[in-house]
Amino acid sequence: MPALGADMEAGTLVEWLVKPGDKVKSGSIIAVVETQKGAIEIEVFHEGTIAEISVPVGRRVPVGTILAHIDDGTPPSPLPPVQVEISAPVGKTAKSTGETTGPPVPPRPSLGLIAAGGARLKITPVARRRAAALGVDPRNVAGSGIEGSIRLADVERLARSVPERPRHVAGYDAAAMRAAIAAAMSRSKREIPHYYLTETIDLGRALAWLESDNSTKSPQDRLLPAALLLKASALALRKTPRLNGLFLDGEFKPGEGIHIGWAVSLRGGGLIAPAIRDADRKSLSEIMSALRDVVERARKGSLRSSELGSATVTVTSLGDRGAEAVTAIIHPPQVAIIGFGRIVTRPWVVDGRIEARFVVATTLAGDHRVTDGHAGGLFLTNIRDLLQEPDKL
Amino acid sequence: MTHDEIKALLFELIGEIAPEADFSSLSDDEDMRTALDLDSMDFNNLIIAIHERTGRNVPEADYNKLFTLKGAIAYLAAPSAEVKL
Repeated sequence: MPALGADMEAGTLVEWLVKPGDKVKSGSIIAVVETQKGAIEIEVFHEGTIAEISVPVGRRVPVGTILAHIDDGTPPSPLPPVQVEISAPVGKTAKSTGETTGPPVPPRPSLGLIAAGGARLKITPVARRRAAALGVDPRNVAGSGIEGSIRLADVERLARSVPERPRHVAGYDAAAMRAAIAAAMSRSKREIPHYYLTETIDLGRALAWLESDNSTKSPQDRLLPAALLLKASALALRKTPRLNGLFLDGEFKPGEGIHIGWAVSLRGGGLIAPAIRDADRKSLSEIMSALRDVVERARKGSLRSSELGSATVTVTSLGDRGAEAVTAIIHPPQVAIIGFGRIVTRPWVVDGRIEARFVVATTLAGDHRVTDGHAGGLFLTNIRDLLQEPDKL
Repeated sequence: MTHDEIKALLFELIGEIAPEADFSSLSDDEDMRTALDLDSMDFNNLIIAIHERTGRNVPEADYNKLFTLKGAIAYLAAPSAEVKL
């Protein structure tokens, strides 16, 4: 179970998209997990064959739990005898494995159904098969058989009482997401010594260029100002690499690549920031497609695990219906967040004369443990300069 | 297309972009972006969807004519003067 963000502690397996024996490669989507951020598609980063599925549908497990074993073809390494579970048949324990994600956890018996206390669940075989078919976690079933054992009727009664879930859960639990946002932001305010800077940037040239560029394009190829703001931010981060990375174990770890978390507000409340990977190396039209894609999938609840928890910095753009400026809160363990307010028309001095110009309030919240306001200020003026030459973005 | 057909199409396309949009309280001359909580990305997606479904290419300069339901219906009912791209 991967950590899809610093604040995630557990996730519920809602669907397996592979079965033992299926071949997978890096990037394959193998399962859907329900988290506080909605339903997330889990990708693998290994090539091999699914050897064993360790977590059944419906079970909530902590971050770090092995979800499945992938046989990558390397010979099995012998396990010290002390680790061999007495109840586990020989041949099942010593399997060469590549874990799907997350740090290794101590081996645990994965055969049979284990109740919370470790005692074997009393369940009839037919009830167990029915529970698996219905996606019911037998641990939630009240048994009515001998010594509380679970019978077929018990499983079916529970299955009927639980409303059927859509295969891919569209939407999310608003209260759980609110709790996740609160936890991350509380941690940020508690741990990160923020500094805040603002630069109002003239967008006259950028928007004129955009208008002219869009006038020759059919609707699906047109760019929104957001694509320019994101690309300029990504290019400026190249020059100020200490704003791009994570603060882990008491030190700054520079990001490997500029992966920008793009804050998407969800209808009905809530916020999620899927990563646009290598944003500095994407063309404006690639950025536009990526933005459209992640916004649509964020709202549908079909983001992938690699898009969450992999961002090295966040950009929040309030759009044309937002406020004029935002003083944003850093998403830990990142060390900076860039905010763009609504683009507004304001009196602006150009060559000693006052003109009506489009401007955008651009803000930076930085982490004083890594940078200070001087570096942050240079970064903002860099974004400003980049936006004066939109054709070069 | 008749006005009613255009209205039905617009509701269908907006419904795909903003599934929770409540059209029952939408009046003909209010800004749909405000009434239905459509941001610039949503509105751009509506223009794309109109292009895909009807072939009508609404230039960016005309977007403001489609902000209200009344304006959008009138605009899409009128013959297009634009050159096909």
